[in-house]
Amino acid sequence: MTGQELIWRIAGGSGDGIDSTSQNFAKALMRSGLDVFTHRHYPSRIRGGHTFVEVRASNDEVRSRGDGYNFLLALGDSFARNPQEEAYYGNEEVKPLSENLHDLREGGIIVYDEGLLEDDEIADLNLEERAEENDWHVYPLNLREIAREHGREVMRNTAGVAATAALLGIDTSYFEELIQENMSGDVMEANLTVLEQAYEQVSEMDQSHDLQIPEPEGHDEDQVLLSGSNAIAYGALDEGCRFISGYPMTPWTDVFTIMSQNLPKFGGISEQVEDEIAAACLALGASHAGVKAMSGSSGGGFALMSEPLGLAEMTETPLVLVEAMRAGPSTGMPTKPEQGDLEHVLYTSQGDSSRVVFAPGNLRECYDQTRKAFEIAYDYQIPTIVVYDQKLQGELRNVDESFFDREPNGDPGSVLTEEEIAEAAHHASGKFQRFQHEPEDGSNVSPRSVPGQKDGRFLATGNEHNESGHISEDPQNRVFQMDRRLGKLDDIRTDLDENASHQTYHGPEDADHGIIVWGSHQDTVFEAVDRLNDDGHSVKALGVSDLMPYPVEEVSEWLESVDQALVVEMNASGQFRGLTQKEIGRFGPKLSSLLKYNGNPFEPHEIVEGFESSINGEELAANNMKYVPAAGD
Amino acid sequence: MSAFSAIGEDRETDRDEFTPGIEPQATWCPGCGDFGVLKALKQAMPEVGKNPDEVALFTGIGCSGKLNSYFESYGFHTIHGRELPVARAAKLANPELEVIAAGGDGDNYGIGGNHFIHTARENHDMVSIVFNNEIFGLTKGQTSPTSPKGHKSKTQPSGSAKSPIRPLSLSLTAGASYVARTAAVNPNQAKEILAEAIEHDGFAHVDFLTQCPTWNKDAKQYVPYTDIQQSDEYDHDVSDRQEAAEIMYETESKLYEGEVLTGRYYVDEDRPSYQEEKAATGEMPDEPLAERYFDEDAEWERTADELLDYHK
Ligand SMILES: Cc1ncc(C[n+]2csc(CCOP(=O)(O)OP(=O)(O)O)c2C)c(N)n1
Ligand code: SF4
Repeated sequence: MTGQELIWRIAGGSGDGIDSTSQNFAKALMRSGLDVFTHRHYPSRIRGGHTFVEVRASNDEVRSRGDGYNFLLALGDSFARNPQEEAYYGNEEVKPLSENLHDLREGGIIVYDEGLLEDDEIADLNLEERAEENDWHVYPLNLREIAREHGREVMRNTAGVAATAALLGIDTSYFEELIQENMSGDVMEANLTVLEQAYEQVSEMDQSHDLQIPEPEGHDEDQVLLSGSNAIAYGALDEGCRFISGYPMTPWTDVFTIMSQNLPKFGGISEQVEDEIAAACLALGASHAGVKAMSGSSGGGFALMSEPLGLAEMTETPLVLVEAMRAGPSTGMPTKPEQGDLEHVLYTSQGDSSRVVFAPGNLRECYDQTRKAFEIAYDYQIPTIVVYDQKLQGELRNVDESFFDREPNGDPGSVLTEEEIAEAAHHASGKFQRFQHEPEDGSNVSPRSVPGQKDGRFLATGNEHNESGHISEDPQNRVFQMDRRLGKLDDIRTDLDENASHQTYHGPEDADHGIIVWGSHQDTVFEAVDRLNDDGHSVKALGVSDLMPYPVEEVSEWLESVDQALVVEMNASGQFRGLTQKEIGRFGPKLSSLLKYNGNPFEPHEIVEGFESSINGEELAANNMKYVPAAGD
Repeated sequence: MSAFSAIGEDRETDRDEFTPGIEPQATWCPGCGDFGVLKALKQAMPEVGKNPDEVALFTGIGCSGKLNSYFESYGFHTIHGRELPVARAAKLANPELEVIAAGGDGDNYGIGGNHFIHTARENHDMVSIVFNNEIFGLTKGQTSPTSPKGHKSKTQPSGSAKSPIRPLSLSLTAGASYVARTAAVNPNQAKEILAEAIEHDGFAHVDFLTQCPTWNKDAKQYVPYTDIQQSDEYDHDVSDRQEAAEIMYETESKLYEGEVLTGRYYVDEDRPSYQEEKAATGEMPDEPLAERYFDEDAEWERTADELLDYHK
């Protein structure tokens, strides 16, 4: 990030429309030609509680949450203002001013709603003094009053957006357009009036700040504003997924909802079922019957899928699962991101596992790797898991529309046609050899038929089985079948290495130091690496997105080239570092960890600080992170 | 050749066709009631005009779960208690398949009880055969949800304090549109009921009394039995829910006193199957979904074009 930036934070209570207002704000700025990125912070409750959303906008590429922010729009909590409501919503006070000030940058702007914030909250803050100290520019406005006068109280969000536009010099036509697109009738008219009135009123005020909206440089292509969940869902749809089964659990619910809303339009089926065991079993049943199917969940729900997942492995039934992580253990922190389920996803279920795990590091990988997950699952008859987290799920980012303009793929993978079944090698008994020890094409993938096809009958069973699928404990058959199932992982590793490696390299090739990252923090790390290099360090980064089979060669080569590497991840035990050491143990002494697990994603400056203290051998100043030195240090 | 030419194939089938090519050595104990289910099922298939390739049989785990090792069709031996959710998705994916689910009382009334309730509630078009031997067979005789109160087993040495579940009442309440009970000791009735259940459009629950001479010492309890349809004493309108509920309740109480009643209890011809219900909401494709993947002319629309506009 070299350009100018605005980081606008809107804060209030959950249920106050903070989310939709910020989305529209981001969209308007995107349409004006800026790059945008959103970060959402919300508690696990439906109404009330402290919520904020940040919209980071720049004329340069933005790909992560920024450091702090420079514009606060503090809306009060509009709920729980009488005893009846209190019983319903609780009486936890929302303090959008006091709870947010610690991250506001010097020179920043504060707009707060006089009409909604309690006098004593403001009095307690010592706002004047602090504003002077930090060069903050404070604009108390009666947004609620403006909204009431020209429309209705709920429209104070619109008034807040108008005030922002007036203070930063943003053209309101983008907001007008969005209001016209999303609303109609009186509501639309009233919102337009509120927008206009608030804009005029604030424009006429005395303004003391320097901050302005960055000058847009425009996009080359049409842009879309998407979340990681959108990208996963659209990847699945484009890849021919036409069946989804699920049970709600945050944050997985997002993908499930998007799919459920869209599948019927494309002739597919969505099923909300009784629990996650059923969800995974349904996806398995649909896949067995010849349809590309998917299911998924978050931590606890995924735990319930452990047994069906093993069944998919043993019966070699293609299956795609999504695991949307949130902070654990157990129900943990439902609305907070963490990368704590890695080992759960890699190893859950009994026996030696044969599964593929992808961890997209950004929006584009969400789309690409979901497509790849289907391709691999159906070509190799193996379950694949796409693991991402609440961070990628919730953040919105603009990308070129053209990126998603991909051909749909209805190819069912390794399923034979009836003609092929008729020609397939048959056992003396005349039975189709579904689980052939040595498939004729020399691969480890045996031919597959689906129910209803003539002469393709076989038995799928979670017990060890012989070539036609019948239960067998014959020792030699056991070894053959295990070796063939596990052998697929080597084939897949080669396939990925040659065709679709998802590892991303960033920074100068000859750098001395390295940072490794997996999953949602990839771009935050890349931004930190750019800063570190600007500051005279010599650092490069590697984003690993194929987790199983592990890209041993690529990571080894990269690790050879650096003196030491810091593994950045959002969990308390360094699970990815552990995986890397398990896969390529000889690098153990080169690897140290920077961990964060307080529920808030890394900000780029934190990675900068963590890296600096790691190479200087200093203690980490920030107490919200943990540094774990290399083994043997 | 069409993608699924075995489906609806117009030919005569013979019960022997449902016997695997290489006969796997049957691992059921001599005298096990499970043989009766196998036999009845094989006999029912030609009766309903099905051939092995169009039948998809889903089983749970346990002695009962081994059914598809001895029954020739497309088979999926799933995991303990889960055959119903796997089966119902296969039916949604390809409604033309003949989908049969089979499992033990442990599978369906115990570990998979939730699935049983919901599959019945949604009225998926399939048969659910529950091998009711009042015991966990494969794990060596522990108490099951249908074991009588006071039943002693290694895990309940002082006798079970739990009253047995009432499977017929349970599925009726949950929403099954066909509920019957038969017994392995009556192959003719069993065959007829299975054939009827297969032809029924909706969730057909057949509680199949199977003796377990190895672990359930009262294994002979199912003889003699009374066929309620044949008996003058038990006359009720099978389409009347309330009457069905009453007689089920009575039957379920008497079972443990040694009076075994079998037959059809409830048949609702009018209730639409789940597929039909789902089609009515516009969320069920007209053609079998599985066909699309084999159809060269199928249009695979680009989602990008339609969906991305919303995000601009
Ligand atoms: C999740 C799980 N728990 C326990 C078992 C062990 N187990 C195998 S069969 C069975 C009971 C089977 O009883 P039932 O369903 O009545 O069938 P039966 O053997 O009597 O035919 C159990 C508990 C298992 N396979 N999976
Ligand atoms: S243990 Fe009982 S149920 Fe199992 S095979 Fe033997 S007799 Fe049949």
